[in-house]
Amino acid sequence: MTDTAATPKIRMRGLKKAFGHKVVLDGLDLDVGEGESVVVIGGSGTGKSVMLKCILGLLKPDAGTIAVDGTNVLDLGTKDRDAVNSHIGMLFQGAALFDSLPVWENVAFGLLAEHRVNRAEARDIAITKLAQVGLSADVADLQPAELSGGMQKRVGLARAIAADPDIIFFDEPTTGLDPIMADVINDLIIKTTREVGATALSITHDMASARKIADRIAMLYQGRIIWAGPVSEIDSADNPFVDQFIHGRADGPIKMAVRA
Amino acid sequence: MINPLQPIGRVFLAFLRTAGRLTLFTGSAATHCLRPPIYTRMILRQMVDIGYFSLPVVGLTAIFAGMVLALQSYTGFSRFGAEGAVANVVVLSITRELGPVLAGLMVAGRIGASLAAEIGTMRVTEQIDALTTLSTNPMKYLVAPRLIAGLVTFPLLVLVADVIGVFGGYLVAVYKLGFNPANYLTATYDFLTAEDVNSGLVKAAVFGVIVTLMGCYHGYHSRGGAQGVGTATTNAVVSASILILCFDYILTELFFAA
Repeated sequence: MTDTAATPKIRMRGLKKAFGHKVVLDGLDLDVGEGESVVVIGGSGTGKSVMLKCILGLLKPDAGTIAVDGTNVLDLGTKDRDAVNSHIGMLFQGAALFDSLPVWENVAFGLLAEHRVNRAEARDIAITKLAQVGLSADVADLQPAELSGGMQKRVGLARAIAADPDIIFFDEPTTGLDPIMADVINDLIIKTTREVGATALSITHDMASARKIADRIAMLYQGRIIWAGPVSEIDSADNPFVDQFIHGRADGPIKMAVRA
Repeated sequence: MINPLQPIGRVFLAFLRTAGRLTLFTGSAATHCLRPPIYTRMILRQMVDIGYFSLPVVGLTAIFAGMVLALQSYTGFSRFGAEGAVANVVVLSITRELGPVLAGLMVAGRIGASLAAEIGTMRVTEQIDALTTLSTNPMKYLVAPRLIAGLVTFPLLVLVADVIGVFGGYLVAVYKLGFNPANYLTATYDFLTAEDVNSGLVKAAVFGVIVTLMGCYHGYHSRGGAQGVGTATTNAVVSASILILCFDYILTELFFAA
């Protein structure tokens, strides 16, 4: 039992992924502790999403290991892999709601897929989860297309927590939202992850959001984690890359590839 | 200087890559059709979409095909005094060829395009990734039900097309060309063998798989937003139409040559 306390929830070592000649991940190392909220920051196209997709098994890394609860998930067969994934919830950047299904079926989709509950129970659970993200039961029968961007994000969040996952991924949770709605989503992320006691791994380039939801921040640059530390230390990080990123300066060691 | 062999090689390699990917996709889709869980709700829903809602298109295509066939064969055969063969030509052409091929092409346009657009949009909006995170295999949930629905509903559609096509021929023959209704129907019935209809239905089943497979394959592999979905839709319809005509020849050769 002492061992499990030391084992991080997610451990990535030497993760590499290239698409053709374009190297996206180049030896990424990152640990996410049990119950911790880690936010990975980094510019667009630095491989943040690729990292999440590798953990979920949507992409296969070229090299390296990913251990969830101490088991290397890259070696698992489809069945065991699915078992691991059923403990992971994910909020997608564009919410990725199924637009052929009403809101409540979206929320309860994972529960129905695993036959954990029948349809009547699933609907009740969906309404409870919607209430947790501040949506009333009225929206349960709407179609996703009828909702605003902020509401879609909330439904996406309700879907991510519906199966009471151990781990939740947030892919740019505040992108495309106004600052107030972004803060509402941040609050909901903190509240819901605490309620289910989940480990959270988020990726974002919104520093306000990162500061708010993170216990620990890690910065991804050129396929590696170049800095990681508690959120309180980020301002005194003494790392020119981190410094440039958190202050959003165009000048500095990070050169944006600007081409006509 | 550009090596003239380079583009040829590149096209050939791209072709091999696509062929390989399509083979793997087909194999994976086929195994998912057979292994549980089977999403019955999804299959029924697709059957309604692919089968029932295609009936107007298929029916209209078939009736005009049958009518024009009667008219054309009459003008041709009357030169040899062989007007009696009109019923024969209509029923054989419809059941063996025009029923399955025309219905297949029309439904390729209708269903191939909509499947590619729907699944392609799901791909670019990450809905397919979302399925995986919700313990659902997208091949099983999205692709397998559509293939099964195509396999089952296409023969039924073609059966309807056969009946309506023959009826179209009958209308023209009797009301325009002055055939005796009873004689026309007897001639139709006498010439028809079970093999004519069956071969058409087998073709239809194959075309059903081709259309749904092309729609799903191109949608599933679409990339890069609206433009990618547009390309996928075009490719689905074009490749399905060409494959239908290609397999039509192969199957006809298998059934009737020798």
